[in-house]
Amino acid sequence: MAKTAKASPIRVLIAKPGLDGHDRGAKVVARALRDAGMEVIYAGLRQTPEDIVGSAIEEDVDLIGLSILSGAHMALFPRVLKLLKAHKASDIPVFAGGIIPDEDARRLKKLGIRAVFGPGTTLEEIVTTARGIARRRS
Amino acid sequence: MSRARPLPAAAAAVRRGDRRALARLITRVEARDPTVAPVLSALYPFTGKAMVVGITGPLGVGKSSLINGLLAQLRRSGKRVGVIAVDPSSPFSGGSVLGDRIRIDRATEDDGIFFRSMASRGHSGGLALATREVARLLDAFGMDVVLLETVGSGQVDVEVREVATTSVVVLVPHLGDDVQTMKAGLFEIADVFCVNKADLPGADSAKRDLSELVGLASSDGWRPTVLSSVAAEGLGIPELWSAVEAHEQYLDTSGTRLKAARERAADELLALVRDRVGRELSDAFEHDAKLAALLDEVVGRSLDPRSASERLYRELRRTG
Ligand SMILES: Nc1nc2c(ncn2[C@@H]2O[C@H](COP(=O)(O)OP(=O)(O)OP(=O)(O)O)[C@@H](O)[C@H]2O)c(=O)[nH]1
Ligand SMILES: [Mg+2]
Repeated sequence: MAKTAKASPIRVLIAKPGLDGHDRGAKVVARALRDAGMEVIYAGLRQTPEDIVGSAIEEDVDLIGLSILSGAHMALFPRVLKLLKAHKASDIPVFAGGIIPDEDARRLKKLGIRAVFGPGTTLEEIVTTARGIARRRS
Repeated sequence: MSRARPLPAAAAAVRRGDRRALARLITRVEARDPTVAPVLSALYPFTGKAMVVGITGPLGVGKSSLINGLLAQLRRSGKRVGVIAVDPSSPFSGGSVLGDRIRIDRATEDDGIFFRSMASRGHSGGLALATREVARLLDAFGMDVVLLETVGSGQVDVEVREVATTSVVVLVPHLGDDVQTMKAGLFEIADVFCVNKADLPGADSAKRDLSELVGLASSDGWRPTVLSSVAAEGLGIPELWSAVEAHEQYLDTSGTRLKAARERAADELLALVRDRVGRELSDAFEHDAKLAALLDEVVGRSLDPRSASERLYRELRRTG
């Protein structure tokens, strides 16, 4: 019989919820994850939590990365987690990046966001963590 | 054969409209997971209804923007639409950035659309096989139309775009230089030419040039339609869809649909067998002592590759 197929790449959805006007940081992260061999579905700006969860399900991603600068994280991130649960998709881990105060980061992690990256985080750190928390391993 | 038996759970879930089940099956098909075969087989009787339309063209010409326009138009007329957007994988890392979703504005949670991004993953035959099977999954899911976006160059795409029954080739003024278009093999496959970004100068002359060229090249008696669009503003979308429908109608009235379907079936069977034999052989080269010895002979110049392949072929026929 045929040899077991080569492991599929990790698929990750990168999206920016909220009303931020630019997505440079998210794009840099997307490229770093691609260079680490992942398939990055880049959804872009102004994604509602409903858009994000719908895309994550259609694309059958192993991981969701959300980036936000506008300060609406405490409203938007928990909503994403809630919708994932409603769609029986809580097995898809979520990480977040952007400008998020420590206190909020702690609360978000308690709610189920798996990792929170502040502005100082290195790309290596993001890639390693992403690989560690993704559903499938490549 | 399997029709009388109950559907495998995953197949039943797809028929029920379970989006997550569909998404997971697509992942398994993409991974060329051999265990999906019974599911695909059970769903096959529910396929054959969807129209598969290829949207092909060089990087950045506006393929996704056109798909965005087509989605709005098709949803207005109540059609359910699947989209498969293929982007290249990086040959260096194997990763990719799949960015076609950015162009799509759709009503949140519109269940009449299923959009899936696919990376080419470097396997030319495998991608065409996967695309065909994914299109069929969307068909079995109940989609009326499947739109297939591919970048129109490179070996990989040549096979992938043959999955479609109607192929739209998208060009832009000046970029789609005649010779390049011919080199990319786009003339052979175009049923409809769409000169997008017609808001830029040069669109009229590009359209005129294409119309002249198209007069010379017609395949199966169909003369490709040439039209223009401004996808960013939604202009030319109804005309584009009419042209697609006209070609689909031509396939029926001219009797070419059946012939094309037979050709596609032959291609697919051939590719499936080739894929399987190829995988088994490359596995055997690593693990089978007899094959390793054969390789040694070729490398040691005591046997030439043609004779070695002849021996291998006979062996396969005997043991198969
Ligand atoms: N001027 C003009 N720009 C357009 C038009 N349609 C699309 N664009 C722009 O062209 C760029 C590429 O559009 P896409 O729809 O992503 O093109 P694509 O062919 O899908 O691109 P790839 O998938 O990357 O090959 C975007 O910046 C669009 O806004 C048009 O009709 N006129
Ligand atoms: Mg595109």
